[in-house]
Amino acid sequence: MMSSAPPSEPATAGGDDDMESLPLAAASDYASVASTFDPLLSSTSATAASPRSPPTRAAAFTLSPTFSSSFVDPPSYADATGGGAGSSSPRSASSPSSASPRSARLAASEYSLLAVSDPETEAEPAATSLVPGSAPTYVSYLVTSVHRRDPDQRRHSVRRRFRDFVTLADRLAEAFRGHFVPPRPDKNTVESQVMQRDEFVAQRRAALERYLWRLAEHPAIGPSDELRVFLQAEGKMPLPGSTDMASRMLDGAARLPRQLIAGEDAVAAPQEVVQPARGGRDLLRIFKELKQSVVTDWAGVKPPLLEEDREFLEKKYKLQEWEQQLTSASQQAEALVKAQQDMAETMGALGLAFVRLTKFETEEAMYDSQRIRAADSRRVATAAVKASRACRDLNAQTVKYLDTLHEHLSIMLSVHTAFSDRASALLTVQTLMSDVASLQSRIEKLEAASSKIFGGDRARTRKVEELRETIRATEEAKFCALREYERIKENNRSELQRLDSERKQDFLVMLKGFVASQAAYAEKIVDGWETVAEETSGYARARGSDSITS
Amino acid sequence: MISPERSSSQSPRSPAGAPFLSISVTDPVRMGTGVQAYISYRVITRTNLPEFEGPEKIVIRRYSDFEWLHDRLAERYKGVFIPPLPEKNAVEKFRFSKEFIELRRQALDLFVNRIASHPELKQSDVLRTFLQADEEIMDRARSYETGIFKKPADFLQIFKDVQSKVSDVVLGKEKPVEESTPEYEKLKNYIFELENHLTEAQKQAYRLVKRHRELGQSLADFGKAIKLLGACEGDLMEKVFSEVGSKSEMLSIKLQREADNLLFNFEEPLKDYVRAIQSIKATMLDRANAFRQHFDLDQERKYKELNLEKLKFMNPEKYAEAESEFREASCCNFSLRNS
Repeated sequence: MMSSAPPSEPATAGGDDDMESLPLAAASDYASVASTFDPLLSSTSATAASPRSPPTRAAAFTLSPTFSSSFVDPPSYADATGGGAGSSSPRSASSPSSASPRSARLAASEYSLLAVSDPETEAEPAATSLVPGSAPTYVSYLVTSVHRRDPDQRRHSVRRRFRDFVTLADRLAEAFRGHFVPPRPDKNTVESQVMQRDEFVAQRRAALERYLWRLAEHPAIGPSDELRVFLQAEGKMPLPGSTDMASRMLDGAARLPRQLIAGEDAVAAPQEVVQPARGGRDLLRIFKELKQSVVTDWAGVKPPLLEEDREFLEKKYKLQEWEQQLTSASQQAEALVKAQQDMAETMGALGLAFVRLTKFETEEAMYDSQRIRAADSRRVATAAVKASRACRDLNAQTVKYLDTLHEHLSIMLSVHTAFSDRASALLTVQTLMSDVASLQSRIEKLEAASSKIFGGDRARTRKVEELRETIRATEEAKFCALREYERIKENNRSELQRLDSERKQDFLVMLKGFVASQAAYAEKIVDGWETVAEETSGYARARGSDSITS
Repeated sequence: MISPERSSSQSPRSPAGAPFLSISVTDPVRMGTGVQAYISYRVITRTNLPEFEGPEKIVIRRYSDFEWLHDRLAERYKGVFIPPLPEKNAVEKFRFSKEFIELRRQALDLFVNRIASHPELKQSDVLRTFLQADEEIMDRARSYETGIFKKPADFLQIFKDVQSKVSDVVLGKEKPVEESTPEYEKLKNYIFELENHLTEAQKQAYRLVKRHRELGQSLADFGKAIKLLGACEGDLMEKVFSEVGSKSEMLSIKLQREADNLLFNFEEPLKDYVRAIQSIKATMLDRANAFRQHFDLDQERKYKELNLEKLKFMNPEKYAEAESEFREASCCNFSLRNS
């Protein structure tokens, strides 16, 4: 099992700096466990999220060999018990196309087909190297999609590299502040260094595909232009205006002197106000908002606008609780899967040992009684091997159902982002409001001072006029910021509602499926042993008169 | 044959004339403290045989006493399969665990009853001593035999073994390892391979017990976590979660019980078989040793005979001395051959 070293990556745009990277690491561990025990599961489809993939996946245009949908549908109860002698437990959902909530969501999504395939290595275009063949390379993937409501059902295929996905993620983060934007796959995990290249590429391919499906399912993002452009626009994706922090800081540093010289009265333009300060170039604004937050948090000065929505605060608190328990539950789920896997292995090894023993006894027997005993022991051996197989199958099902825990953990990441969007929007508003307040007080001081001079002070009066202008501009910006804040609040609220209902649905399915599969396979295994017990019941009966030493 | 594990009391209703000997090993008690702590057992003998002191006798014995009994029997009854003892050394941690103590008690009970059921072994006086002697006598006997100073004869034998091995290597002689027939060879191979299979099976059985315990533990932890998760949700969902969680915990208890069951009724008997095989191998080894000793002595005898012939011609006085040595060697040879 791979070590769960959390991926160390810088904060994604607009995200919380100390975002929990642990759940994603746990999820990737989980995936690696899932892929190690079932030969059907290759690491590409090592995703227990593949129940999401609708039947149209079969039509996916791909050359990747390990693409097959690997999860066996949970056997219906009747199948598992071999003809089902009226068991009273509920039937598990027998196929993704049945009325499971996730498939309903999929059926409603914008795209009826989404696939990532055909990884190919390409050379960096701008790089030149003295030694041919050692130019830095990257992997590009073929992204295929069909829009559900396209009358022609055109199939779009474009080449995208991982960096393009990052761009897409960043754009979505900016455009959908306050929404629960699904997190994209990690940039560079420790595993990518440790793993074989092919394995890593395969894992990434699967993760990217899952990511696209999640985006498509989202009611706001699915129909979005950003996604559509990504899926359909031919040619290379345009680079965002400088992605790295360093160049942003440099731009900001270039502007700073001008801002300072022009006085602290330079105001952020309204359209800038709509974006969080931290990711941007306006150093001055960053400093101001930082000061504001310090004043609020440490100096205990009551900010001009408070987060008053009590409902929201309660929800937030409850979600923190929820996330904590979810983390622990997902860890226990992993442990359970491992224990089941070990059990299956050992049971199989035991069966094998007995098979060899009985074979040996049968061949080398000197007395007939030995052969009889050996035949009986062989029954035990076969039952053990069968039980081992059943246990492995059960584990595949368990992984599939309990994966909901990991899914929802990653949803919590997007929740954190959405909440911090809200917080930073609020901070912007607060900062602007205290700007206004301080400008106002300066005006009052100036007016008080100039009123003492007979005939007015032309210099001061002019200053006052300027300040009033500034106030007007600031008020305008504040108005925009406030509007943005309200928008984000509304997004938060509707998303929370959506999450609530999805959570209920998903977990009910998870629990039902988990329990049903445990019961089904337990019955199967028990049947096997009961049969053996019956067949060898003679020994139990003869026990009283027999000696163990015979 | 007596069914060993339920031999605690042979029914007094059995006809008064029929001879019976039933033993039970019970009541493990921890004695002493610290590093020297050990377990003592109560050994209860019920019999109507005249060789014994009375109808019932209770003595206190510890593991080393059972070991003493085993070793003495092995010495005196060469060629007989002595019932196996449970393992001697145990990892410090487990030495006093409930399961270990119970497993050992059962194995010791089985051991002593098998001896009592064996037509030859049950008549041995060591058995009688073991079952009846006072604790002090037992202590003395035990420390004498297992002391560092073994009997001088043993030392001599060890030297001779080494000597003969060395001479083999030096002279590069091909020596017949043991007297054997094709059937015996076949049996030997069978025994050796059987041991491998049984050992493997027992190893897996032991692992299976462990897996049951592990699965039980993880189900319990999972159940708890699920319950806590449900508590966050509240109302209907919480009930569902809590149900699943409780069932999970119940399953865990069942699994632990199953693990115990497997340990006592599946792994232990397998281990018993492995021990029995090892005891058989020990006997076979004895046989091989005896044969080699006999062969060595035979060589010695032949050598001495040659010497004797030489001396006869050269030196009449030494002849008498040599002759008596020769006779001694032949006697040794003879007795060894018959054992």
